[in-house]
Amino acid sequence: MRVPSLPRGVAAAAARGAGRLSQRLGRGGGTTLPGLVLTRLRPEATAEMAGGITGGVILVSGTNGKTTTARLIRAALDASGAKVVANTAGSNLERGVAAALLDAGGAEMALFEVDEAALPGLIDQTRPRAVALMNLFRDQLDRYGELEHLVERWREAVDGLDAATVLIYNADDPAVAEVAGQHPNTVSYGIDDARVGRDRLPHAADTTDCRRCGAPLAYDMVTIAHLGRWSCPECGLARPQPDVGATRVELHGMGGQRLALAAPSGPIELSLRLPGLHNAYNAIAATTVALALGLAAESIGPALARRPAAFGRSERTPVGNARLTTLLAKNPAGANENIRTMLLEGGPLHLVVLLNDRTADGQDVSWIWDVDYELLLQSDRLESLTVGGDRAYDMALRFRYAGLDPGRMSVAPSVSAALDAGLAACGTGDLYVMPTYTALLELQGVLADRGLAPAFWEDQ
Amino acid sequence: MSAAISPVRLCHLYPDHLNIYADRGNIAVLQRRLGWRGLVLEVVEVGLGDPIPADCHLYYLGGGQDRDQKLVAEDLARKAGPLRQAAADGAVVLGVCGGYQLLGHGYATADGQQMPGIGLLDVETAAGPSRLIGDVVLEVTLGGHTHTVVGYENHAGRTHLGGGCTPLGRLRRGHGNNGADGCEGAVAARTVGTYLHGPLLPKNPWLADTLLGWALDHAGCPTELAPLDDDLEQAAHAAAQTRAGQKR
Repeated sequence: MRVPSLPRGVAAAAARGAGRLSQRLGRGGGTTLPGLVLTRLRPEATAEMAGGITGGVILVSGTNGKTTTARLIRAALDASGAKVVANTAGSNLERGVAAALLDAGGAEMALFEVDEAALPGLIDQTRPRAVALMNLFRDQLDRYGELEHLVERWREAVDGLDAATVLIYNADDPAVAEVAGQHPNTVSYGIDDARVGRDRLPHAADTTDCRRCGAPLAYDMVTIAHLGRWSCPECGLARPQPDVGATRVELHGMGGQRLALAAPSGPIELSLRLPGLHNAYNAIAATTVALALGLAAESIGPALARRPAAFGRSERTPVGNARLTTLLAKNPAGANENIRTMLLEGGPLHLVVLLNDRTADGQDVSWIWDVDYELLLQSDRLESLTVGGDRAYDMALRFRYAGLDPGRMSVAPSVSAALDAGLAACGTGDLYVMPTYTALLELQGVLADRGLAPAFWEDQ
Repeated sequence: MSAAISPVRLCHLYPDHLNIYADRGNIAVLQRRLGWRGLVLEVVEVGLGDPIPADCHLYYLGGGQDRDQKLVAEDLARKAGPLRQAAADGAVVLGVCGGYQLLGHGYATADGQQMPGIGLLDVETAAGPSRLIGDVVLEVTLGGHTHTVVGYENHAGRTHLGGGCTPLGRLRRGHGNNGADGCEGAVAARTVGTYLHGPLLPKNPWLADTLLGWALDHAGCPTELAPLDDDLEQAAHAAAQTRAGQKR
């Protein structure tokens, strides 16, 4: 049913009322409902509100790293003194963007992390000043469909960008680079430190054929999934030399990392509290966006250094005498990086893997078979393993067929019971938890009930 | 258990292009379930341009993105001779999703092209107006035994069976071959095609063992496969069956 568009003030008042009601009823933080109400009552509201943001709208999209990258960009913008509105705690669909804009107050700039499928629509609505395209990996095929279709939708979205929009993109992703390269106004980034390269493509690599001629790509360095220094031996299409490149990446276990970047404005040193190569990409992306927005290079490093991990993204929480590290894992590329990041630390590893199959997780749990859990077994450091969630037994089978003796794992479908089993096994040490998205929300609920963590919509 | 006897050979067709629904899980299950019984599964990977060996006992074709399936279809049509011969001689062939479509006569795509198939199964596929996505529960009878089989489907193709094969199973839940006739998959002798991934075999150990039994028979060493402790498999099967009945 198509209702006629309501006047802007009426629609906004109704949306705010819905948000307050939702919060009072304890139905979450009211971060999504107002946007949903608003865009239903006045479909053009997002475009109108975005048009009022004088300093421009920035959109950040990609399969993995959106939340962390947006938080890092936010830190750089905050340090510059800009007044920024963002969908930090809300949904990354149009409704979340609309809800954030509704509360924009006098913000000069808007920064949104955007679901990769929602990006074309939001480019259309917000006419952004800058767009960052980070990566495309296979993810929740039942929701997003084939990667190939997403690439084509992004291509159309890039075609529709205003020439003045600056497009920041990851040169190391062959699909993203080929699509973004069509735009006249771009700044690319990538990793150029061969010491963090891996010798071959992992199983979960998606874009491995040349997008121009179809021949298999050659790599002289692979970083994550199909990211790396790629070229086509047949037609000569190759990774562009990044405008902002990491010449040195030093990973210091779970504690963080140091990066040296070469940028047109000169070298930049970053020291981060975020672990792993995936976060190196996130920090390089954020720095590149900040530079493209004209922020002073010397202000970026200090701003990023202070930023802790986002909710559930290598976030660390004390639980009794143990320390919980939560690593959201919702697709093969992300799960593989979490595994590699955990293995950066020495010593015995206590791990809880939580697999849910709800709409926001993807109902199809096939993807766990594309994850290289074998790396954990080969490391010989897995001291205890607990599997939980709606599909705990699917995860148990994944490990059984990877070669783990079923007697060495605990199966506890309830998130609370799985957490307890993990805590009992780890004693006073570190416990790692790899949840899917809704399992992460459940875990957060369990921790909040025990007085150990704030509810997620309070996260800033 | 006796020491490893002459291996069963599995030909994994196009692992680099047809792997979208975690097809390597199916290979892992076949390999481990033979291994736990002291037998060996040797895997031969065949890609674009490589010849297909005629002397394997099991052939596996997984699912891929449309773009990759198109590449593979033309390559496979050029070199399927040894595969047809092996199937005629009693080798086991399993095609999942895109692989199932390729085992049929062909696929009429949404943009009006005809993707060739190799005709091992008497089925025709044409792209439908929407994707058929969701949990599937089947009732399958093979070799006189009836079991439920669980999985997940996600396909745009509508597949219709000719007289030369029978459905793999009757649908209890899900869309199946075409969303209309209540059937899923196709079987002709030892060639099996299905839309079910999840992957197919981990939660359906009975089906895995049936295929392995056929392969051992074709390898010239018919073997009564010793039962395994499948408690986790049965629990995962039951969970998938329960979830298939729930809104989530």
